Amino acid sequence: MPDRRKLFRSKYTLDRNMPGAFEGETVTRRRFMDVSANAAGAIAAAAFTLPALGFAIGPIFSRLPWSWQAVGPASDFTELVYVVKVVTIVEGIGEAGKSIAYMRKRNPAIDTEPADQYNEFVALSSRCMHLGCPVRYVQAAQRFICPCHGGVYDFRGQVAGGPPVRPLDRFYTRLNEATGLVEVGPRYSVNTQLRRFSPRDPGEPLDGIGQYLYPARFSTAKL
Amino acid sequence: MPKVPAPPLPKALKPAPRRPGDEDGPAITPAEAGITVVDWIDERTSLSGGLRWLLYRKVPRGINWFYTLGSATLFAFLSQAVTGVFLAMYYRPDPTGGAYESIRYITDDAFLGQFVRGMHKWGASVMIILIFLHMGRVFFFGAYKYPRELTWVIGVTLLILTLVMGFTGYLLPFDQRSYWATIVGVNINGTGPFIGPYLSDFLRAGPEFGANTLSRFYAIHMLLVPAAIIALIGAHLYLVTKLGISAPPWIHPEVEPDSVAEYELERTEV
Repeated sequence: MPDRRKLFRSKYTLDRNMPGAFEGETVTRRRFMDVSANAAGAIAAAAFTLPALGFAIGPIFSRLPWSWQAVGPASDFTELVYVVKVVTIVEGIGEAGKSIAYMRKRNPAIDTEPADQYNEFVALSSRCMHLGCPVRYVQAAQRFICPCHGGVYDFRGQVAGGPPVRPLDRFYTRLNEATGLVEVGPRYSVNTQLRRFSPRDPGEPLDGIGQYLYPARFSTAKL
Repeated sequence: MPKVPAPPLPKALKPAPRRPGDEDGPAITPAEAGITVVDWIDERTSLSGGLRWLLYRKVPRGINWFYTLGSATLFAFLSQAVTGVFLAMYYRPDPTGGAYESIRYITDDAFLGQFVRGMHKWGASVMIILIFLHMGRVFFFGAYKYPRELTWVIGVTLLILTLVMGFTGYLLPFDQRSYWATIVGVNINGTGPFIGPYLSDFLRAGPEFGANTLSRFYAIHMLLVPAAIIALIGAHLYLVTKLGISAPPWIHPEVEPDSVAEYELERTEV
């Protein structure tokens, strides 16, 4: 019926020279088919891409569980000598999930940061704040020294030399009155004034603009 | 499109002319059978045209051994792919000791295990060296210029992906060296402002190096990045074939002496 079709040419589609359009049509059937077929394909692709992507980036948003681990009676610790204690950072992967805390009793003569219930015992993380290698404590020099790139920290864990960008991280500690044991909690980061921040990765300074350049993560939080 | 002439058949494949009184011979010779099979496939796929397009193309005068560095990199990648597939048959991404033990088994006990693992380990360094030599050739010969900019961009992406392969593969033996190298590498990622901390969390699958970090690196190393590399190598080779190889910078196009004289004349007149 070519003649009849000619009669019903829509002025909206006349310039596109499309047959079969009817009066008042603003979206042609061909265009509608294009859009709906592409939309169906996009929905189908998103249906497997988005869950897979969420699955891959999910760990960024899931929070690490906190635990308090008993490391020994309060009599283990003195004010002048660091004691090495093994703490479990991640459960279930054996040796790879363990780390070392250097622990001593808080000494009001040198520890100038405000005292509270969580720092009666000082527990320094052995993770170097340059790029995360394990530091060791050298008693004769009273310094923490990193084997990788020469980072040096003083007795309080503050940077004494080398590339580290902030003092050594610390662990929350508490004395469990019921058992009489010292317990080590989650890790936290400190800036040069030893102000507490939620745990950051090594290499991220927390002084001045640093605390804004390296925001707190969803996976960890300050106690 | 002009048809590329078919290359002449090698002597062994040429059918011998039938001799008089030889009617009792085989109905079809092995060579004819081979040609029949190839023809059967070609009739259905038209692959021979594409193969001729890929293999029998014109190359400029003056090409030399430096032009083989790209293929050398490709064969280094193929070697990594093949040895990697067979290493994956023995490897266990288990951070509680299974990973280290499976690597120890490959190195000490498995037949030819030390050899195949050595090929993969040293081949990784060879591939990085070759890729940089290839990049240097392209740079110093000016082969990245128009119209080959996209080939260069894809090549640089391939370089980055190869470095990602090196980074993720380094963790898999799960000894002290690979563990601490990965700690340092992830923390270098973390020093990027604003997104660095989240990028580190993504790589580690959490705020600390945990149970899923090793399997995550393993999946990136043997599934995600190789698939991207294979796809991009395909695009790279397509562009190389389509655009042709650039001549070395010391080869100049031949110009007829007369036309040069005419050009000089024209210029002095103006």
